[in-house]
Amino acid sequence: MLAKSKAKPSSTRRNTVELLFGDLWEFDPAPELADPKLKESYALFIDGQFAAPRSRKYFDSINPGTEKALASIPMAGKADIDAAFQAADSGYRKYWSKMSGNDRGKYLYRIGRLLQDRSREFAVAESMDGGKPIKESRDFDLPMAAAHFFYYAGWADKLEYALPGANFKPYGPVGQIIPWNFPLLMLAWKIAPALATGNTVVIKPAETTSITALKFAEILQEADLPSGVVNIVSGAGNTGQLIVNHSGANKIAFTGSTEVGKAILRATAGSGKGLTLELGGKAANVVFDDAPIDQAVEGVINGIFFNQGHVCCAGSRLLIQESIAKVFVRKLKHRIASLRVGDPLDKNTDIGAINSREQLQKIERLVEAGVHEGAALFQSSCSLPRRGWYYRPSIFEGVTQSHRIAQEEIFGPVLSILTFRTISEAIEKANNTAYGLSAGVWTDKGSKILKMSAALKAGVVWANTYNKFDPSSPFGGYKESGFGREGGKQGICDYLKVS
Amino acid sequence: MARLPITKTPKAYVGGKFIRSESRRVYPLNGKKGSFICNIPQCTRKDTRNAVVVAAKVGTNWASRTPYNRGQILYRLGEMMEARSEELAQAIALTGNLSIASARKEVATTVDCVIYYAGWTDKYEQVLGNTNPVSGSFLNFSVTEPIGVVGVIAADQPSLLSLIGLVIPVICSGNSVVALASSTNAYPAILLGEMLATSDLPGGVVNILTGFRHEVLETFASHEHLRGLNLCLDKDEQKIAETLASESVKRICIHSRQTDQAWFDEKHKSLYAIRNFLEFKTTWHPIGA
Amino acid sequence: MPPVALNKSPLKRLLDEVGPVDQVAIEERVAKFTTRSIKKSSKVWGLNLVVSMLDLTTLEGKDTSGKVESLCRKAIRPDEFVVTPTVAAVCVYPAMVTHARRCLGDAKIKVASVATGFPSGQFPLRTRLQEVKQAVRDGADEIDMVIQRGAFLTGDLQRIQNEIAATAEACGEARLKVILEVSELETYDNIRAASFLAMAVLRPGDFIKTSTGKTSGNATLANNQVILEAIRDFYLETGTPIAIKPAGGIKNSKQALQFLIAVKETLGDAWLSPERYRFGASSLLNDLLMQLRKQQQGVYQAPWKFSDAFSGY
Repeated sequence: MLAKSKAKPSSTRRNTVELLFGDLWEFDPAPELADPKLKESYALFIDGQFAAPRSRKYFDSINPGTEKALASIPMAGKADIDAAFQAADSGYRKYWSKMSGNDRGKYLYRIGRLLQDRSREFAVAESMDGGKPIKESRDFDLPMAAAHFFYYAGWADKLEYALPGANFKPYGPVGQIIPWNFPLLMLAWKIAPALATGNTVVIKPAETTSITALKFAEILQEADLPSGVVNIVSGAGNTGQLIVNHSGANKIAFTGSTEVGKAILRATAGSGKGLTLELGGKAANVVFDDAPIDQAVEGVINGIFFNQGHVCCAGSRLLIQESIAKVFVRKLKHRIASLRVGDPLDKNTDIGAINSREQLQKIERLVEAGVHEGAALFQSSCSLPRRGWYYRPSIFEGVTQSHRIAQEEIFGPVLSILTFRTISEAIEKANNTAYGLSAGVWTDKGSKILKMSAALKAGVVWANTYNKFDPSSPFGGYKESGFGREGGKQGICDYLKVS
Repeated sequence: MARLPITKTPKAYVGGKFIRSESRRVYPLNGKKGSFICNIPQCTRKDTRNAVVVAAKVGTNWASRTPYNRGQILYRLGEMMEARSEELAQAIALTGNLSIASARKEVATTVDCVIYYAGWTDKYEQVLGNTNPVSGSFLNFSVTEPIGVVGVIAADQPSLLSLIGLVIPVICSGNSVVALASSTNAYPAILLGEMLATSDLPGGVVNILTGFRHEVLETFASHEHLRGLNLCLDKDEQKIAETLASESVKRICIHSRQTDQAWFDEKHKSLYAIRNFLEFKTTWHPIGA
Repeated sequence: MPPVALNKSPLKRLLDEVGPVDQVAIEERVAKFTTRSIKKSSKVWGLNLVVSMLDLTTLEGKDTSGKVESLCRKAIRPDEFVVTPTVAAVCVYPAMVTHARRCLGDAKIKVASVATGFPSGQFPLRTRLQEVKQAVRDGADEIDMVIQRGAFLTGDLQRIQNEIAATAEACGEARLKVILEVSELETYDNIRAASFLAMAVLRPGDFIKTSTGKTSGNATLANNQVILEAIRDFYLETGTPIAIKPAGGIKNSKQALQFLIAVKETLGDAWLSPERYRFGASSLLNDLLMQLRKQQQGVYQAPWKFSDAFSGY
């Protein structure tokens, strides 16, 4: 049918045909101007009060988009962590353990609403502190964080339906440690189910992204949450260790690297503390030749460049069926050409700033290793701002299983492309990793999707879509990507002692 | 003059075969009054490793059986045990400090435990799994999957009930098991191997090693291919196990050495004992044309 | 031709050849275009480009020569205060072609005419071709034809291609715009397939057009995107550039800019030109002018300052 074309191309002609993604219509800067209402200096939130750290130490939070200091953040020390757990314990005994599920739910609803009220302010703060594009913090992080509070609010008085036939009780005070890639959203993922199930919380945001967590304390005050129920302590790795090792923490919930996750396992060995770990990933995004190709291209782009690739479930390994590899990669390159890298606060920015200098250097190191090991690097030719930490969207072709860039989590906008010929080869390569957090499958054949979904050793499988999240959808990994689930009915179980 | 009976050589049960330890080591099992009963294989780290290999190989087939079929097979195991329950009771009473009456009670509770989980195989998914009402045009569902090979270490007493209570909820969802029986009360486990062999359970789904906890505990904990541990340990052993297991991020359930009586408690049989060794997998698919 | 295709309808064969489109994913993709924020000079540049891409249209039973005349005046000089480009074309029924040509005088504005039994296409091929030839003779530079959607859905694809080819021939020098009437094709898969079917017999610079504007479903960002991607794939494969015209339902500047962003990010700069992209619209122009005056004067404008299509207080 299609062979009829009158314009039969010669092969030389075809090679010269190219699309031009130039600057004919350049967009003017479109900065988000809402006031993030930042303070010069923040305080710890312990027992319902803002308090200067007993350690008397502070550190700067840096805007990765400009490399300028944004605010002074307290570094919680041992005395602060002791105070936080003491508050969590008394908050549990005095208020939270005595409150009905119905009332716990009402507090969570309040928090969700207040977060919605101030969502633009928080979105701007999130983008300034963490480097993510405003359109993501505005359209994803903030609405999703509020949605988590709403979702778990409704569970608070219905727990027996989540765990039929079980005897259960809350842990009491739990310690929570969250990463820098989705600061406020991870906070919501942690706090909402913990409070709904009747626990109290000591939570530590990541060192580079404390601001929205400390701002969130303002919302807790506005919501009139009983004191001690949530305590927010900022600091670095050492502060995290103090939480993990604290005798008052009956459970530790951690999201972060597999390396630190293993350290937490060692530290808590024999302690009887409950654990939920959501660790790293090296997800395979598997594209078959019968896939909806352009949507798969978009899914791969979204899979690896969403949030600068700072996503534990990022589709960092593209497994593409050999027969369409060439055309697919060409389409990927076209798509990358229209990605805009730059000021996180510009509404048209697709890829913002890399969260920290340290992370940027790690990405650079691993990319160097990829080049050194012989993979072919393609990078967008887009311009980058003169100041700030930025990295061009990058893809590696000719990657094999043994390459470091196919095995190690890069946590940046870098895609490794591998090919396969058969379904069984795709499954084998996809599962050839110590991780098992997520995977993607692209094919137009329904039964193939179900087969792949069953065969892929991953906690989340996105079929003909990628990087989708919802409060009702459980998230968490197989193998060294951790254990426990966050979100959904399943997320409740991990915050209760079940017998 | 009475007939001289034939004595049986106790063997471990691995991959559907009755084996001696690769080390050829044995230890003597003594009766209540210290009299020699028989030699029990003293399995090693290498025996453990071999058992994990076969458990992993057979496990995928076991997991792919229909839940109905797994239920039928577990029920068959119950039948085999019921038929030889007096023999099991005698074996329990042989060592340790239980009366024959208590031993009979343990066997009855054990068989009931098998039947309890046999009934769960085609139901737990209906209770634990679900579709998720996400905001968007997607069908989103969470199903459970077995995690793989799970290590089990049984209590010394009740040796049979604890062994079954730790093994059956794990395999009923399609996991396979490498188990270490009680060293002091090993004989019921030896018999259990024979019943497993005649129960239609594919060889290798449950592997029963005998020997000493201190010799194989570290291998159980550190072996990467063991994805979960369901262990009866004391505090010190727990710390060793959890420390070594951290490197491969295992799913661990520790049952502290509890009183004998706790194993007889009804709540010991639970859906959540199955859930402990399941992974939840959530699949998203767009709804469109 | 495929050597063996057992149990496969021609349409299914075509669908397999061009590959599927996922509905949810493409709708998500185009939603991203709507988050682009176009400000200041880039907005003015974009709005002017949209003006230059307009096929200013009147296709009503009650059209009169007076209506067409005022349309043509507006095409030549869209606004009395702001300087804009002229529109690309005026689009009228065949009976109005001569009149429109006369009204436009020597302005560099094309006359486009719908033909081939618009909007249903349910007429004999012979009369449809006659209609085309007559319109061209009367001075039409561009012909908007409709395909036989029924033939597409039943798999009579050869017939569709033959008819497009015959119409193209009847056009002579005039450019052809093939209206797929996407709402009647129903799925994105079908829109993609129909695009390829048409492109295989189109000449470089001929158009694919989404809709007649006479059914409930019109141009959307998503079906526009399906066609953009088909054009891109076809271009990269054959080197033949095909143009596109979304029509119907694009009522304001914001929407129009979103369509242009889709063009910029899918086909690139070469398609940001009236030669390769058009808007079929009637009420859009006034909104564009309102925005342009606001950009110039810094004050939001009241609708009564702009001719036609104004209702409300």
